Amino acid sequence: MKRRTLLASGAGAAMAAVLGAPLRAQSGKTKVGFIYVGPVGDGGWTYQHDQGRQAIEAQFGDAIETVYAENVPEGPDAERVLTQMVLGGANLIFTTSFGYMESTLNVAAKFPDVKFEHATGYMTTDNVSVYSARFYEGRAVQGHLAGNMTKSNKIGYIGSFPIPEVIRGINSAYIHAKQVNPDVEFKIVWAFTWFDPAKEADAAKVLIEQGCDVILQHTDSTAPQAAAQAAGNVYTFGQASDMAEYAPMPRISSIIDNWGPYYIERTQAVMDGSWASVSTWDGIGKGMVKIGEISDAVPAEIKASAEALRDRIAAGEYHPFTGPLNKQDGSAWLAEGETADDGTLAGLSWYVEGIEGDIPS
Amino acid sequence: MDFGSINPVLLVASLMVAATPIILAAAGELIVERAGVLNLGVEGMMITGAIVGFIVTAHTGSSWAGFGAAALGGALLSLLFALLTQFLLSNQVATGLALTLFGLGLSALLGQGYNGIKAPEFAKIDIPVLTDLPVVGPILFGHDPMVYIGIALIAAIWAFLKYSRAGLVLRAVGENHDAAHALGYHVMRIRTLAIMFGGACAGLGGAYISLVRVPQWTDGMTAGAGWIALAIVVFASWQPWRLLIGAYLFGGVTVLQLNLQAAGFAIPVEYLSMSPYIATILVLVLMNAGRAPGSLGRVFHASR
Amino acid sequence: MLTLEKRPQPSKNWTYAAPLLAVVITMIVGGFVFAALGKDPLVAIRTIFYDPLFGEFASYSRPQLLLKAGPLILIAIGLSFGFRAGIWNIGAEGQYIIGALAGAAVGLAYFPDGSRIVVFPLMILAGVAGGMIWAWIPAFLRNRFKTNEILVSLMLVYVAESIQASMALNLLRNPDGHGFPGSRNLSQIPASANLEIFANTGIHWGVFTALVAVVVSYGVLMRHRFGFDVRLAGQSPRAAIFAGVNPKRLVMTCMLISGALAGAAGMFEVSGPAGRVSIDFNVGYGFTAIIVAFLGRLHPVGILFAGILMALTYIGGELAQLSLSLPGAAIQLFQGMLLFFLLAVDVMTNFRIRFGSKE
Repeated sequence: MKRRTLLASGAGAAMAAVLGAPLRAQSGKTKVGFIYVGPVGDGGWTYQHDQGRQAIEAQFGDAIETVYAENVPEGPDAERVLTQMVLGGANLIFTTSFGYMESTLNVAAKFPDVKFEHATGYMTTDNVSVYSARFYEGRAVQGHLAGNMTKSNKIGYIGSFPIPEVIRGINSAYIHAKQVNPDVEFKIVWAFTWFDPAKEADAAKVLIEQGCDVILQHTDSTAPQAAAQAAGNVYTFGQASDMAEYAPMPRISSIIDNWGPYYIERTQAVMDGSWASVSTWDGIGKGMVKIGEISDAVPAEIKASAEALRDRIAAGEYHPFTGPLNKQDGSAWLAEGETADDGTLAGLSWYVEGIEGDIPS
Repeated sequence: MDFGSINPVLLVASLMVAATPIILAAAGELIVERAGVLNLGVEGMMITGAIVGFIVTAHTGSSWAGFGAAALGGALLSLLFALLTQFLLSNQVATGLALTLFGLGLSALLGQGYNGIKAPEFAKIDIPVLTDLPVVGPILFGHDPMVYIGIALIAAIWAFLKYSRAGLVLRAVGENHDAAHALGYHVMRIRTLAIMFGGACAGLGGAYISLVRVPQWTDGMTAGAGWIALAIVVFASWQPWRLLIGAYLFGGVTVLQLNLQAAGFAIPVEYLSMSPYIATILVLVLMNAGRAPGSLGRVFHASR
Repeated sequence: MLTLEKRPQPSKNWTYAAPLLAVVITMIVGGFVFAALGKDPLVAIRTIFYDPLFGEFASYSRPQLLLKAGPLILIAIGLSFGFRAGIWNIGAEGQYIIGALAGAAVGLAYFPDGSRIVVFPLMILAGVAGGMIWAWIPAFLRNRFKTNEILVSLMLVYVAESIQASMALNLLRNPDGHGFPGSRNLSQIPASANLEIFANTGIHWGVFTALVAVVVSYGVLMRHRFGFDVRLAGQSPRAAIFAGVNPKRLVMTCMLISGALAGAAGMFEVSGPAGRVSIDFNVGYGFTAIIVAFLGRLHPVGILFAGILMALTYIGGELAQLSLSLPGAAIQLFQGMLLFFLLAVDVMTNFRIRFGSKE
């Protein structure tokens, strides 16, 4: 495997680009790489992906090897880190941020025998899969709980950026809150950040002060939980990770990004040689989205109905976007019994009927 | 759209809390800059204070011990800055930036294993009757002790600079270090003490975030608060009471825009979020900026 | 008692020895840190400093060094003039952003038509102009109102970041981007792509410009009247005035130079390696470049080496993360230490250490 002389001869990079794998470091083990946009200690998005990495290690033990790089900015830095990972012998690489899309595609094109898995993206090639979670399924359960639990009928929602992922979540939560509580009203604030504890705390406080007694968040820190706890009778949900340290109050449940099963499955596929490029969008059913334990602060019958909703979604009996549903402007979207197709959901950029306010654009 | 849902009393009360970490850090930096030193490492010292305070609190269970340790940690880190800029005469801008880089790395290393732990609650002051008063109750009497300490710190700095001899010396050193040296003052010693005070305050500010505002440890959790503190010192044109106004204004813009959003107003968030910085530049212009300490950022070497 | 005595001339020997000494000290202290984290310190040091240059895959990482160092060098060269003259532009990050936005806006305005011969030069001009406008503000305010340019230029970084977020979400947003923020990928549009000039060398137009800037600024600094003025103003502002230097014009010129180069760096980055305007495509080059400028002692050749050293710690640090699973935080700490030690030993260049009291 020592090919130093060849590689050192200047033209090496060009050769590596043309020849791909033969020049890479190789060992018998399957090597799985992870590239993270945040620190593994962020307690949210990156933390959960790293939990997935650890799940692989636990599953396969010495048969595999994992490597990761944290805090890698999107753009040229990511492309370089990915290339270094490939050169270092990685066979399978998970790129865990939407912004890594181009870097992933570029590096994948140069190394056709290395498999790539790009989280939350939409571009696939022969050796690039995409995967994401149907978090909106979890939002449906949250909305159901929120609509039942609110006394003020005002539910606060902390959005990060106005992108389809977040808008889907808002719509799904609203639809299911409205189902159980026709008087419910959503107050939505956009923090324009994924992670800024101070700002998230401010956002939560503002919503509480304006009368909201349930707060949903699509940002990653626990600051809103703390703000709700300080305020007293306010309910929240864990985001990305379980945030169980805030249970049973204010955190009454959570959406957990559970990447472990998927990562294990894909790693196994590479080891078997059965890996093929796929576009995966899994939800509660496959376990990619987990609903955290519904705490005792929720009355038993509400807990039971929420769990029933969860189980119906998991079993595929119910789709959270099932008609009749109208768009915010009153125009028809889904007819009675019709369910939204994935293409529409992937690019969702408007609210459903009943939500007030405009999406910043 | 509904202005009525915005409660001005709660708005003021919550921006006081939002402004506290920045007030603490900015108060320290104000003293540093009045002594003629520009330490751009506030963010690094804050985040170090945040983790040191969190670790100590997690082990002792006492928030006060945590705040004490955070102040000490911030001061120790700033001592590094003092050593470099005062004794080895390195450039303050570059050293400050290096300090931020160093602090972010150090805090993340120290914080391994402390993710996901919740800090014990830091009790609010609750004075029967007073706290329950309408309007003034929530604004004046309903906060945790650090909010009052922050304000008291501003008052103390104001009095120190205005009335004490030591404050006079500090200002003299900041205005013209050569003249101060000629008068027999120990420029390096005074500046080192000022830098350490600044580090301690930044540490307290950071710990307020990790122990009260969030309260949990996550990497990079100060998320730029140190840079805002630097901006506010300028906004305040180095006057302690204006610093308070500046911090409330900065915090206020954030809280207000969130309030407007929640009340259903479509507002251009980006433009509002840049407004405090533009206001700071305007203040600089209007103040005619002759008010910046004369020796700010300049290297002092005694043997000339 | 130790005392410092200013050298009449900066020591030639120490000028070269100090950076080496700093690197050695950093390796030793860093080695202890790595050992404390349970890693073999020798292997870690080799991975960071040796492998990117001469390791197994150095043929890949060497061009990457230039790619990473390019913008740092370009910005630092621009800053060095002002820093020498005592004019503190620390807002290069903002000028970088505005330059990138201006360049990208021009490139996108011509999409999908437009020929490269027209579009790419126009983008460069727009990038330079954008950076200059953003640097003009603190210069003008300093000249007109005596405001402190350190603070104004720093404030403008935040303003620029807000504008950037707004652009990525609104005006420059890719209409075919599935609703995600961020512009079209300029590096995939033939007319606007900042491509490699020589394949697989990492030398794109921005790196090329940076290398040219090193040479030109060396000439200007050492041979041209402007370089003389700058150095004189830095050493003695009053002497400079007596020598006929117009201080206001000097402020303006230095700020505009640094703004122009920072803006160009931003444009080259956004049209090449970064590819697109996103909410946070800036990764702090403007701030890191300040450190690079000082590490390079504000000297063009020094900046060239400092930029490459900085890039080395980034790339070597990534390798150490991958091959030794060193935490990213340890690398950040290590970089901070390297800067501290470099700044600390720098004292030897300008001062002599004396034992015993002065009197």
